[in-house]
Amino acid sequence: MLEVHDAVVRYGAITALHGISFEVNQGEIVTLLGANGAGKTTTLRMLSGLHAPQSGRIMFEGQDVTTTKAHMFTTLGIGHVPEGRRIFPQMTVEENLEIGAFRRRGSYTEDMERMYETFPILKERRKQIGGNLSGGEQQMLAIGRALMGQPRLLLLDEPSMGLAPMIVDTIFRIIGEIRDSGTTVLVVEQNAAQALRLADRGYVMENGKIVFGDTASNLLTDARVRAVYLGESVES
Amino acid sequence: MKRVFANAHVKRLFSAIAAMAVLELMTGPPGSALSPTAGFTGSFGEASSFFGLFRTQRWVVFLFIALVMFAIWTTWLTWGEQVRTATSKAMSVPRAATHTRPVRWGMVLVLLVVALLLPRLITDPFWQAAMVEQIAVYVLLALGLNVVVGFAGLLDLGFVAFYAIGAYTTAWVTGALPTAAPFGIHFNNFYAIPIAIALAMGAGIILGAPTLRLRGDYLAIVTLGFGEIITIFANNLYGITGGSQGTNTIPHFSLHVGPIKYLWGLTPVPYYYLTIVFVILFLIGFKLLEHSRVGRAWTAIREDEVAAESVGINPLKYKVMAFAIGASTAGFAGVVTASQSNTIFPSSFTLQFSINILVLVIFGGMGSITGVVLGAIVIQTGSMFLLHSPPAGYQPQDLYIYLGALLVVMMIFRPAGLVPSRRRHREIGLAEKGEGHMNEVLTGDTP
Repeated sequence: MLEVHDAVVRYGAITALHGISFEVNQGEIVTLLGANGAGKTTTLRMLSGLHAPQSGRIMFEGQDVTTTKAHMFTTLGIGHVPEGRRIFPQMTVEENLEIGAFRRRGSYTEDMERMYETFPILKERRKQIGGNLSGGEQQMLAIGRALMGQPRLLLLDEPSMGLAPMIVDTIFRIIGEIRDSGTTVLVVEQNAAQALRLADRGYVMENGKIVFGDTASNLLTDARVRAVYLGESVES
Repeated sequence: MKRVFANAHVKRLFSAIAAMAVLELMTGPPGSALSPTAGFTGSFGEASSFFGLFRTQRWVVFLFIALVMFAIWTTWLTWGEQVRTATSKAMSVPRAATHTRPVRWGMVLVLLVVALLLPRLITDPFWQAAMVEQIAVYVLLALGLNVVVGFAGLLDLGFVAFYAIGAYTTAWVTGALPTAAPFGIHFNNFYAIPIAIALAMGAGIILGAPTLRLRGDYLAIVTLGFGEIITIFANNLYGITGGSQGTNTIPHFSLHVGPIKYLWGLTPVPYYYLTIVFVILFLIGFKLLEHSRVGRAWTAIREDEVAAESVGINPLKYKVMAFAIGASTAGFAGVVTASQSNTIFPSSFTLQFSINILVLVIFGGMGSITGVVLGAIVIQTGSMFLLHSPPAGYQPQDLYIYLGALLVVMMIFRPAGLVPSRRRHREIGLAEKGEGHMNEVLTGDTP
């Protein structure tokens, strides 16, 4: 569904991504793991058109989207939940969801109802403004807003950032449900253990390179991953 | 000493006294090379009066005003919460009433009738002229700038440029400039309207497309420069614009359709009706825009540009659109002014003018159409009043001191403007509860 070939991203003299390649298949949850500064967010920024790669190629459903502008990605079928949620703070929950359907023609009331079913708390807070929601509610709203654009691929940037463990569980459960309803998911996470339990496959990034990729269950038992990301000492 | 000022009461008292001392010196007698301290000694030497009650030295009057200001300020802070809840409770009844459709349409109808009857009620020629030149035209300009500043959140300090383009286009197509009119035909002023709107819009797009990628302050500086460039062009392109002399041969509007012949002449009332018709058209247009898809896109861009992009909004497209719409409104206002006064000079298109329009928008309430119209009417009527029947000691150049003071007071007590837009009202609500990022903006505290 999504293929990245040898993508290089530079910020001025600094190279953030040294030619990364990976793919996401239809119906999967794929996770990108890595420490701070490994290049995870840059990868997602590149995939949502906010920063075009200097070289390399990005293919989405057989179409070259390497130089596509950011605002065109929703039309292509890629939804983006940005890092730090970035909901519209002075719009109501309802307006936030509505604007998620900005690019769509025709009625979206059915989708609104579906969002309220998936996130009952948002229905309760429908008339409240985004800025008054808690972190977890804002994250749900950001996911709901992205889903209103009917994406076939959903990009999530650090959905667990700054949230209480119980809320993180809920968010991850919902991400699973989103996949089950037919949307492919690419999630960037620091919370490796939880991300790997949810994902089908994962890639590990270090210093702007993808070091290795494997199925999530293999990664969970991989000694290197356990040592670096799951905080266990390596048994010799 | 530092500890004394740490006390909030002392701090407020001294700010009040300092503000009044500055105002006292500014409104006092001017100094000169021979007596450089005249402004200062005047405070103690000259007499003034408390609204004619009793006469005393000037500084006493201002000290008294400072103490009153301090008292109101302190009271506002201590009992402000109660006062605000009480007023908002009292206000909620009429506000709820205005939310029902028949009441709202009734009010619109009443206002419309008042607007149409106004020239019959006000017969003073000064005020009749002011109603067109200084109020109706400024309402139009404020409405236009509100689209740029209020809806899309772009700070435009060169709004005067588009107004000048509109005025000079009128002069051009009616054959009042040294350059030949298009196709050698001296067009009727009505033809100047679409041409001026198109040219102003075009200028807005040409300026906007490359520069609207900039944000905030950078955009403000680029637009500021553009405003200056247009004025300097008008001043220096002698062969095209008539240079600093401008032109004074712009004809009035006239209508020749079959048997109907009408000439707008020197009396301002026909111009008033003409302008009012267009003000109403622009009002309806902007009201529809505000609640349209485009309006929602502007709100999203204003609140978070990156997030707006992530839901599929092309920020550049909508910003240029806002810019062009604002520009075309100013262009139209230029047509009206040029035709009505018959004359244009480059020196009337100054930065001061752009700032003046911005003040109307900020005072009325950014993003609120009702507020901006009201703000323009209130401020322009006020400044015309000061011009028409100035209080003792008032000089025309003092106007901006009072406008500035008014803005400062507004920012303290009604930071979202006279009639805040629904959304800006929420921002203040958030800030009062100490939530949302507006809190930092209002209090200057960064958590």
